[in-house]
Amino acid sequence: MEVTGEQLIPASQQTTWDALNDLEVLKACIPGCETIVPCADNEFDVVLTAKVGPVSAKFKGKLTLLDLNPPNAYTLSFEGQGGVAGFAKGGAQVQLSPEGEATRLNYAAKANVGGKLAQIGSRLIDGTARKLADQFFTAFKKHVSDSAA
Amino acid sequence: MSESLLGQSVRRKEDYRFLTGSGTYTDDVTVPGQLYAFFLRSPHAHARIRAIDTAAAKAAPGVVAVYVGTDLQGKVNGLPCGWLITGIDGQPMKEPVHPPLAQGKVRHVGDQVAMIVAESLNQAKDASELIEVDYEVLPACVDPAQARAPGAPLVHDDVPDNTCYVWGLGDKAATDAAFAQAAHVTTLEYINNRLIPNAIEPRAAVAQYHRGDDSYTLHVTSQNPHVERLLMTAFVLGLPEHKVRVIAPDVGGGFGSKIFLYAEETVLTWAAGQIKRPIKWTAERSESFLADAHGRDHVTKAELALDKHGKFLALRVHTTAGLGAYLSTFASSVPTILYATLLAGQYTTPNIYCEVTSVFTHTAPVDAYRGAGRPEATYVVERIVETAAREMKIDPAEIRRRNFITQFPYQTPVALCYDIGNYEGTLSEAMRVADVPGFEVRRKEAEARGKLRGLGYSAYIEACGLAPSNIAGALGARAGLYEAGEVRVHPTGKVTVFTGSHSHGQGHETTFAQVVAQRLGMSVEDIDVVHGDTGRIAFGMGTYGSRSIAVGGAAIVRALDKVVAKGKKIAAHLLEAAEGDIEFENGEFTVAGTDKKVPFAQVALTAYVPHNYPLDKLEPGLNEMAFYDPTNFTFPAGCHICEVEIDRATGETRIVNFTAVDDFGKIINPMIVEGQVHGGLTQGIGQALLEACVYDKESGQLITGSMMDYALPRADDVPNFKVSTQETPCTHNPLGVKGCGEAGAIGAPAAVINAITAALWPLGVRDIPMPATPQTVWRALQTAPKARSGRA
Repeated sequence: MEVTGEQLIPASQQTTWDALNDLEVLKACIPGCETIVPCADNEFDVVLTAKVGPVSAKFKGKLTLLDLNPPNAYTLSFEGQGGVAGFAKGGAQVQLSPEGEATRLNYAAKANVGGKLAQIGSRLIDGTARKLADQFFTAFKKHVSDSAA
Repeated sequence: MSESLLGQSVRRKEDYRFLTGSGTYTDDVTVPGQLYAFFLRSPHAHARIRAIDTAAAKAAPGVVAVYVGTDLQGKVNGLPCGWLITGIDGQPMKEPVHPPLAQGKVRHVGDQVAMIVAESLNQAKDASELIEVDYEVLPACVDPAQARAPGAPLVHDDVPDNTCYVWGLGDKAATDAAFAQAAHVTTLEYINNRLIPNAIEPRAAVAQYHRGDDSYTLHVTSQNPHVERLLMTAFVLGLPEHKVRVIAPDVGGGFGSKIFLYAEETVLTWAAGQIKRPIKWTAERSESFLADAHGRDHVTKAELALDKHGKFLALRVHTTAGLGAYLSTFASSVPTILYATLLAGQYTTPNIYCEVTSVFTHTAPVDAYRGAGRPEATYVVERIVETAAREMKIDPAEIRRRNFITQFPYQTPVALCYDIGNYEGTLSEAMRVADVPGFEVRRKEAEARGKLRGLGYSAYIEACGLAPSNIAGALGARAGLYEAGEVRVHPTGKVTVFTGSHSHGQGHETTFAQVVAQRLGMSVEDIDVVHGDTGRIAFGMGTYGSRSIAVGGAAIVRALDKVVAKGKKIAAHLLEAAEGDIEFENGEFTVAGTDKKVPFAQVALTAYVPHNYPLDKLEPGLNEMAFYDPTNFTFPAGCHICEVEIDRATGETRIVNFTAVDDFGKIINPMIVEGQVHGGLTQGIGQALLEACVYDKESGQLITGSMMDYALPRADDVPNFKVSTQETPCTHNPLGVKGCGEAGAIGAPAAVINAITAALWPLGVRDIPMPATPQTVWRALQTAPKARSGRA
């Protein structure tokens, strides 16, 4: 299932786009993100902690920015191993469009899990994807708003 | 003669220790210096292992060793399959390597990738988090129906089309010809839903290596410790069989899932020898879902040809059976030998042809689970018979009667020869108990309450008492299927019985003691039954296929024959009579026609204190052993009648009546038999209404991987069963017994679905897949061709 949502960001499209590509912003906004280190063009080694239902795990993996179309759209993709808990894959397609002085951010996110996470959390994964996407984009909006203020 | 102990509901001797928490299960075994193992399992259904980095795990606190597949190469062989199936092309089945730890590839979610051994379980678990496995994830195929599709991902590179074998049984040409003569043909498609066994006690093992004599002891949750030892030593580890003792102590349920030689205990035993310290592993419930052998998983199309009177002319069955990713120990025999041979059911169908295509999928291995092949066969036969009756507007009981086998012995067109049965007897008694004549009144009353009420039959048969070794061997079995029993009379006349059968809920300690007590004229308290230890019991083939009393019990009877025969010789000496004049009854040896007698205990003492003894003609001691190989299978059969009510608004099915009238031949302990039937029925109802193992078709993830998503039946899901028995004694074993352990799980699913479809038939619903969850039934109600607006 795809989780869709939108945010109205009180900043210009270019400012919003820059923030979406800012490592520090990403680190601050990705839920549970502990470290994020560039390893190639638009690729980052990431460590983050996430909880799916009853299973909490530390994921080590890669965050990749794909289909870049500045300053209009990109896809944020994460794939990580959570050790015994299994693995998680997820991503969000992000689109920006101007709306007066502000920027409308639309996203469509989805997540897949494997191993123990899937075994006992499959039913919960859509809810988790929705929650993580909400958290990220809400934090992102707040971050950009605070910086603009 | 005093009242026979056979047929008495003697209270179970073993229950005291179980009810007081004094049982000894494998996880209760703890030995000094014991380490703990944890298995890292694949999170992917199919992936290439590009690299595994265990350096950090090996350096973690408390870690003693970490093993991956490559560490075992050349030292530990693949796990063997015990039954060779030969395909219709004359070729042997494909036997891809089944490595105990994944080598190069993982092939199902839960496949073992690494074993971590540490001082504590938590240290082993923590270290497992440090293992870095570089997976190249590959597409997976989890649906047997898709496994042969063009482009389906291959589970094993050396098995084209994922096909283990295409096997057939019966006369195809004659069957096809009979269809040409049919007045009516009924066709059904089935999915026999994949099930996950759930014994209360998860699998566990404790492996020890003894430096002093270079030997091993393995405590393991096994239904057949001797087979486990034989397979492990001779085929996998290359250890001398006599240097390995396998003990299966108290085992908390098996249902088939503990028959097999699994990877975990095999690697554990090998590693104990490497590390030279004991290692324990106990599965977590999550691991049981992923890595215990599953059951069923058939996709079938069947056609039944009938003449205009409803006589069955021919049955044609095509089945695709999922084997999972690897061939488990008896996997190949379950959808073939234990399935197609039962397709005659209780009927005289003259022509039967069955073709089975067994395929590998990226799922846990599938093997025997309570009933093993016979529930699938019964479901095919009893669903199509009931459907044919409805289509031809013949009463479902009547169509069965027109086709029942009534002459015995009866040779079926699918290899088996039924020795005895009385199918009309169990059907008519079940109809009486279930008050079939009153059903229409009950249905109308239910209708007035907005409920749909239906009644369904299942007249099942099973082949049990596995098995005549020569027949099994001709069919591909790589082992004999006899059983061993030893009766050790102690100097005081007390008795210890050693049986190669294994009890993990069946109550052998009581039932077998009754058999011995009856024969020797003793109390059951004077007899102990020892099972589950290769160090104490000479040999055995274990417990599965409802074989324990029919084969294991018969072996004990044969050993008792030898004890009594030798006792007569001793008594003849003591009584100064001819051996031929000695009779033995009620615990006393007597000289026929006189009042001269000597009690059994005195004969026993004489055998061990042979001061006055014919030492020139007879060895001292009274300890006899026997092997018993049955001459035929046994054929328990019976009739189940299920009555359901369906809520039109929610689709919820409630079983309001369930009647089981079973013919198990002679019965030793009716209480134990009734308990076995209750358990079997509950599992059968679980399959029909609740249980389904679901793998995600895209990712191959197990999404029914816990009790949250895999619905086991609970007490309130089943009614008060009406259970009774009828008796046609088995003609070919000394106790006249047939076995009762699987009947409930074999008969119940068809009875339940026949009842549900009976309720829905007037609405135009012809079939309901298992499990008939409220959602499934509700959907059928919404889309029913003749759905009327009833009172909700």
